[in-house]
Amino acid sequence: MIGLLADLFLLLGGLFLFLGALGLIRMPDVYNRIQAGTKAVTLGTLALLLGVGLHQPTWWPKLLVLAILILVTNPVGSSTLARAFLRSGIEPWKKGGQDG
Amino acid sequence: MIRFTTLWVLWMLLTGSLQWSELLTGTVIAALITGLSQRLVDSGSQSDLIFTPRSLLSLLRYLRVFALALIQANLDMARRVLSPSLPIDPAVVEVETTLQSTLGKLVLANSITLTPGTLTVDLQQNRLLVHWIDTAVLAGDQQGEAALQLATREIAAGFEQHLKGFLR
Repeated sequence: MIGLLADLFLLLGGLFLFLGALGLIRMPDVYNRIQAGTKAVTLGTLALLLGVGLHQPTWWPKLLVLAILILVTNPVGSSTLARAFLRSGIEPWKKGGQDG
Repeated sequence: MIRFTTLWVLWMLLTGSLQWSELLTGTVIAALITGLSQRLVDSGSQSDLIFTPRSLLSLLRYLRVFALALIQANLDMARRVLSPSLPIDPAVVEVETTLQSTLGKLVLANSITLTPGTLTVDLQQNRLLVHWIDTAVLAGDQQGEAALQLATREIAAGFEQHLKGFLR
């Protein structure tokens, strides 16, 4: 039962990571791509870690450290990238505007 | 002291054992790092964190709001990515914050980045520059002060009201 639940979380994590990758392809500009990447990757990875934790209960302290690390560093990295792009003068894509 | 505790808990989590030798080594190393890094952080200023029983409650409330927003953000993004029409209407908006400390602003900025359709781009004094994937709420004609107020309410207020309980 626990094993099944763990597999479900692993599958869910994989699904979100896939959606994140799909978002990278479909979004029109760098800012929207960062958004798709950041969000899907965060929950996807957390779901994966949860699944692994259910399979291997003795690993949970390390998985917790990993989860916190991801939650703290992922948004910082995304914001920093976005700021760098804005400062180097890349205009955000606008609906109905020119193709970016 | 906060740094020491954090480092020690991190050590505990990484070793995952309760043996005396491990605990002792962890204590010594955490104390050593705390001492060595004293110069790197400004210890003169007041702590950014507030420690009261009520602040703990605020922290828990914040974590609940954050967890819900995180899940919602992912479902929202999944919906947008999968829709054939790609329903996005992005723009960069400004958001105002009343949090004073660097740590407070950092936590707020990170929360905004991880929640539905918003990405913190820059931080200047008490204004956050936020890339918002769906600005339909702004209805296009609102500019300047009105847009600032609305964006602040929509994006930041939910976190801020709880963050203010335990951060300056």
